[in-house]
Amino acid sequence: MLIKVSDNPIVNTSAKLVAVAIIMFAFVFVVMVPLYDVLCEALGINGKPSGQVYTAVQAKVDESRTVSVQFIATNNDGMPWEFAPTATIMKVHPGAVNGTVFFARNPMPDAMVAQAIPSVSPARAAQYLHKTECFCFNRQPLDGGMSAELPLQFIVDQDIPSDIGTITLSYTIFDVTDMAGSAAIAAR
Amino acid sequence: MGDHHHGPAKGLSRWLFTTNHKDIGTMYLWFSFSMFLLGGFFAMVIRAELFQPGMQLVEPAFFNQMTTLHGLIMVFGAIMPSFVGLANWLIPMMIGAPDMALPRLNNWSFWILPPTFLLLASTLFMEGGAPQAGWTFYAPLSTTYAGPSVTYFIFCIHVLGLSSIMGSINIIATVMNMRAPGMTYMKMPLFVWTWLITAFLLVAVMPVLAGLVTMMLMDVHFGTSFFSAAGGGDPVLFQHIFWFFGHPEVYIIILPAFGVISQIIPAFSRKPLFGYDSMVYATASIAFLSFIVWAHHMYTVGMPLAGELFFMYATMLIAVPTGVKVFNWVSTMWRGSLSFETPMLFSIGFLILFTIGGFTGLMLSIAPADFQYHDSYFVVAHFHYVMVAGAVFSMTAAIYFWLPKWCGRMYNETMGKTHFWISFIGFNIAFFPQHFVGLAGMPRRVPDYALQFADFNMMSSIGAFIYGASQILFLYNVIATIRSGEPVSDEKVWDGAEGLEWTIPTPAPYHTFETPPLVK
Repeated sequence: MLIKVSDNPIVNTSAKLVAVAIIMFAFVFVVMVPLYDVLCEALGINGKPSGQVYTAVQAKVDESRTVSVQFIATNNDGMPWEFAPTATIMKVHPGAVNGTVFFARNPMPDAMVAQAIPSVSPARAAQYLHKTECFCFNRQPLDGGMSAELPLQFIVDQDIPSDIGTITLSYTIFDVTDMAGSAAIAAR
Repeated sequence: MGDHHHGPAKGLSRWLFTTNHKDIGTMYLWFSFSMFLLGGFFAMVIRAELFQPGMQLVEPAFFNQMTTLHGLIMVFGAIMPSFVGLANWLIPMMIGAPDMALPRLNNWSFWILPPTFLLLASTLFMEGGAPQAGWTFYAPLSTTYAGPSVTYFIFCIHVLGLSSIMGSINIIATVMNMRAPGMTYMKMPLFVWTWLITAFLLVAVMPVLAGLVTMMLMDVHFGTSFFSAAGGGDPVLFQHIFWFFGHPEVYIIILPAFGVISQIIPAFSRKPLFGYDSMVYATASIAFLSFIVWAHHMYTVGMPLAGELFFMYATMLIAVPTGVKVFNWVSTMWRGSLSFETPMLFSIGFLILFTIGGFTGLMLSIAPADFQYHDSYFVVAHFHYVMVAGAVFSMTAAIYFWLPKWCGRMYNETMGKTHFWISFIGFNIAFFPQHFVGLAGMPRRVPDYALQFADFNMMSSIGAFIYGASQILFLYNVIATIRSGEPVSDEKVWDGAEGLEWTIPTPAPYHTFETPPLVK
């Protein structure tokens, strides 16, 4: 066959199979993990909006349509922060740049670092919700007892299908204080 | 091998240092049977707690440890090693080879298993208890919320994966290089075929499982976030990788069972297997399809419609080659000169019950219906019909079928038939009602349940106790056969049996086929 390691056919077969096993082990890390992220983002599956800052394109504001955007804030298990949207619903026109802020307060005595993870529902609306600025792009540190207003700017794409009248943008806030020392996490 | 014929060494060192495929096969079989009893004991704890609604015997956390260990031990400790043991015993004898291709590796792949499972069982006594995230150990249950024993668990999975990969490499190397002259691929017994394909599946997916637990290890100890949303990871990724391993894994378990049944049914029908070629192609098709259907285990995670449809149709497609097999077995029996010794009874039991399990599998493959069945006792009933009545029944049939050949003594037929009927009846009492409670909404992996499920659960527990007790009879029968069974000396123990393993003397000598036979 293609590769010949030894004159002993048994050693040859075994060597090839060991190679297959090693390749499959690498396949998990090199192919499956990145492919999953790429697919989720490309297809907008899983309600994952793009983690990238959106650069606005020349777009007309479609004043004939109004889309409701709802905001939900959730604390992950054990996360003590107060975390809430200042407006729970906004009625926006596709193409227009909109801004809002989320309120966050660290009630604990010590400084903490938080990371908000967004999710969009319905999932297929994820690709039509563009964020030009989001507190979820970075970790949010807060000293003990301090509060902050976390900004969010977004555009609903003018190509959004006409049957989507309401988009829900949900943020779950995680305590990443322990992780904050390690390498920077992917901005989501 | 030395230049003189020698028998087995004496004492413990025979077993520790042996490179003989028959010795290693025997050790695999005894080890897997002891794991079967241990996993079975855990199942008895589960069924005892579920005997009545309410919490009676164990704490919920301990109950979860029982379900987790029961699954892990049955899959990785009982079923998989038992078929590896069977492969060790039979493949060299079936293809006319003197031993496995890599005998020392063979010794090692066995001997790393017992310490591994000892370690896994010992997690029960650790602080925080054994793993309790279920045998599928989904993140974040197995990462963020796991006890300290998760690290031991990860190590165990690594080692037993290594053992499986080494065992598979050995089997492939043996089958590809050591067949007797004239033994072409399409003349190989089906048991050898199914194991060859299974071994390829193992080499392909056990590293995926190893990769998965490596990611868990890094998430737990080294601050990565493969499965943690807070760090940009995704717990759903865990499920995709797990089932990319896990679905081929279920065929790894069942394909050798298909091979066993394809040897036994022709022997007791006194006819060659119907449709040999189509059996080979069906096995290969099932193996291929097993790689593209994994997400049918996770219809409810929120896949796009196209994904649901793809995985649904691909899964239904598996019913075609599996149907080919079932019809071939039935056609083999058709107008055969049937007799119903214990191995045949277990094979027919397999045929009927596995087909039921296949049908419920087809029901579960329907994506819209699965939203109702998902994570319910219906799933539990389904996979016990294919795992127990499929893999375990065929394994039991195999032991009754080949044991006389191995040890030159016949088992007690009356006791064997009694074992079959108690098993068959006990199994159905245990698992058939679980279809009903599942459809009615009882979730799996719960230590307590709503009152309306009480009757069926009690029935199920009684059936499980009956089935469990029948295995003691089996153990007794096997030991009694080895120690004092009626001697048999016919090379063909069964008049209808065909194949090279029936051409050597009975009991099978320690070394066989040192000169390869010529296959015409």
